[in-house]
Amino acid sequence: MADRHPEPDSPELRARWGNFAWTPENAAKASDIIARYPEGRQRSAVMPLLDLAQRQVGAETQTQGWLPLPVMEFIAAQLSMPVIRVLEVATFYTMYNIAPVGRFHVQVCGTTPCMLRGSDEIMAACKAKGMKKGHTTADGLFTLTEVECMGNCASAPMVQINDDNYEDLTAERVTFVLDELAAGRRPKAGTQEPGRHTVEPVGVLTTLTAMVGENHDYRGEW
Amino acid sequence: MPKVKVDGVELEVPVGATVLQACELAGKEIPRFCYHERLSIAGNCRMCLVEVKPGPPKPQASCALPAAEGQEIRTDSEMVKKAREGVMEFLLINHPLDCPICDQGGECDLQDQSVAYGRGTSRFHEHKRAVTEKYMGPLIKTTMTRCIQCTRCVRFSEEVAGVDEIGALYRGENMQITTYLEKAATHELSANVIDLCPVGALTSGPYAFEARPWELKKTLAIDVSDAIGSNVRLDSRGREVLRILPRVNDDVNEEWLSDRGRFLVDGLTRRRLDKPWLRRDGKLVAASWAEAFDAVAKINPGSSVAVIAGDLVDCETMFAAKALAGALGSSLLEGRQTGLAYDCSNLAAVNFNSTLAGIEEADAVLIIGSMVRDEAPLLNTRLRKAVKKGAKVFIVGPHWDPTYPATFLGDDLAVLGDLPADVVAAFEGAAKPAVIVGGAGLAKGGREAALALSERFNIVREGWNGFNVVHMAASRMGGLMLGYAQKGGIADLIAAKPKMVISLGADEVDFTKFADSMIVHIGHHGDKAAHAADVILPAAAFSEKDGTYVNTEGRVQYGEKAVFAPGEAREDWTILRAMADALGVTVGFDSFEQLRAAMVAAVPALGTEGLADYGALPAAPAGVKPEGAIAGYPIKDRYLTNAIGRASPTLQRCSAELIHGEAQAEAAE
Repeated sequence: MADRHPEPDSPELRARWGNFAWTPENAAKASDIIARYPEGRQRSAVMPLLDLAQRQVGAETQTQGWLPLPVMEFIAAQLSMPVIRVLEVATFYTMYNIAPVGRFHVQVCGTTPCMLRGSDEIMAACKAKGMKKGHTTADGLFTLTEVECMGNCASAPMVQINDDNYEDLTAERVTFVLDELAAGRRPKAGTQEPGRHTVEPVGVLTTLTAMVGENHDYRGEW
Repeated sequence: MPKVKVDGVELEVPVGATVLQACELAGKEIPRFCYHERLSIAGNCRMCLVEVKPGPPKPQASCALPAAEGQEIRTDSEMVKKAREGVMEFLLINHPLDCPICDQGGECDLQDQSVAYGRGTSRFHEHKRAVTEKYMGPLIKTTMTRCIQCTRCVRFSEEVAGVDEIGALYRGENMQITTYLEKAATHELSANVIDLCPVGALTSGPYAFEARPWELKKTLAIDVSDAIGSNVRLDSRGREVLRILPRVNDDVNEEWLSDRGRFLVDGLTRRRLDKPWLRRDGKLVAASWAEAFDAVAKINPGSSVAVIAGDLVDCETMFAAKALAGALGSSLLEGRQTGLAYDCSNLAAVNFNSTLAGIEEADAVLIIGSMVRDEAPLLNTRLRKAVKKGAKVFIVGPHWDPTYPATFLGDDLAVLGDLPADVVAAFEGAAKPAVIVGGAGLAKGGREAALALSERFNIVREGWNGFNVVHMAASRMGGLMLGYAQKGGIADLIAAKPKMVISLGADEVDFTKFADSMIVHIGHHGDKAAHAADVILPAAAFSEKDGTYVNTEGRVQYGEKAVFAPGEAREDWTILRAMADALGVTVGFDSFEQLRAAMVAAVPALGTEGLADYGALPAAPAGVKPEGAIAGYPIKDRYLTNAIGRASPTLQRCSAELIHGEAQAEAAE
């Protein structure tokens, strides 16, 4: 992530985002969030507020959303905390986009279990759709990022696209998902394996078979 | 008090001590980078690993581990040695091997500790991380690739300075230290991060590539940029002082130094008066010493002499001038150049009685007309500590940002006669209440009002004296002890219409009021007084003479001479001694030792280092009715407060960039 930098401060950025303010719904949500924390600890709300702001920016720009510097300053002012502390949080967590992204932020997991299960093909399939790591496609639809483990190892390989995970992927399946998204439809999130619901075992059990019918104590056998 | 065993030696440590402190008490050296006595504990460098039993069977970071009863600590085991080598190896993975071109070389913690605790060789063949340079203002030069992410600078700016200017962006290996949007660090103590940085990531900008630490002669001196009297070390090579660093003195400056005290150093070689000048037909022309003294003799003032002491002079100079004036039959001495005329008959009433270290314990503080951050930056860090411990601070005067929560009571001093209920409640409930009167308060009679408040709230009590005056001039308390105070202030001198005015570096005086006097300026910089002078006798700056200074809390301290004054300039006392000959009087000293002995005989307190005893506070003058609004504070530009600072290109740039907001173009490398 060494190439992760906030969008530079420019007059255009200030002009576009300098007047950022919560929408009425988000303003209500923001005060709800701040009220969760004890008096004097309001700055604890910085993370949920950054998320809320990112979503609002996303709604305004028809993208996943990101955090322009003036928006961070807005949140710092609301929580009466130094801007540098907000920027520290926003740059620490990769879930906050600190530069503009496309409508769909495709995060391909490349950590060992996914890699063993074929994440290279997933990545290749994404690239075949014209995506490039760290870039947004010309039509503004997709931004491709390679990320580390998302905790879906039992249904590897996977990608995370905005708020949804797509698991048990193959090159064809990810291409289908991307096509559906590009066409404006919402493909089913979660596992893409037909007949699988979540991360339950696929096919017949190969281990812990004695546990199928009843609770079985294996300890004596180890 | 828990008993612990360090390397087999049993000792008792104070409650709340860490394992690292326990090891230090046992005389063991524990290497560290992120741990610093005056900052919070971070525990992120891992260099201080030791073996502790009972505990997990692995080395533990001693800086963040509380010492507990019965611990067995080993700092010399194989496990500790291996752990230190491992940590050092990790730290060096991303640290460039650029020591030969690094300004920290020779005084670098990483360099020293890698020699002492490292493996000696590297097994790392991959690419090192590189970090882009960050702009941090005119004082701090950054080479962020060298950063080992100890976060001392971040903690300093948050905890001591209180401004949250510096932060750590990104994470893990990519963590980068920066200011928000790479703006300049503007805090008046910001350059202390240069000393805190254990590596060469943050180094002094103006001092870049000037010298190596082993070339420098170290001289112990006293900072003259404010009345705190910070203990400093002058590092000089040949005839030039190259840098000024703070010394540790917990009673005065802890281990910090204000930026203007640190960087006035390059003003010491610029705009210097290095030969005598005489005014002929309205123009200053260079002259020889003999001609200059002839000119002084020709003034032939008789007893019509006045002496004005500047802000930077030492007590010996002031005493020598007093002796000269006395020999001529005059006692017109004044040091308060800008016209202050507070009553100095009892010095306890113009002193910072709580002491700088003591004010940390105050639990209710009323500041009357002082912008402490500009007037005494290191006092503000003490007040900040007091507030962190729970003190309530109230300020009378125009608004400024104190960096801690404080209540402003308005500009009008009348509020002192009719304090709001919460202030009264805070002071009545306080165990150690304090009032602090600053320059703007002194000008409006805030001192008398503060004395009245002291009586009302019983501010002087057993073991506590909360009545404080904070001065701005390094020479002030010494001057007052030597009698540099007239009843009416400098107006008395103007009214006396002296034939000759001796200015001891008095650069803040309005000399148009002395239009009929001959002005003999004994000073070191071609500053304001030199423009008004009729005779200029070039003298020595604080770095070029031994001297006694008394800080605002009445602490007598001695500074030493680091280098010789430039050109024909001489130490001030020798000039005054020679003037005595020119004017045909005797002053009773022929050497510096005799001068100092005479001074100590006259004012014995100046002979002992440490706090002078000024006795008890006087009774408050009856019928004081404070009134009048404080329009502003005396310091308009915190970097250019004295003649040396005004001559310093570094501080001029600070003033232009940090105060007046001018953009500075960086020279292309």
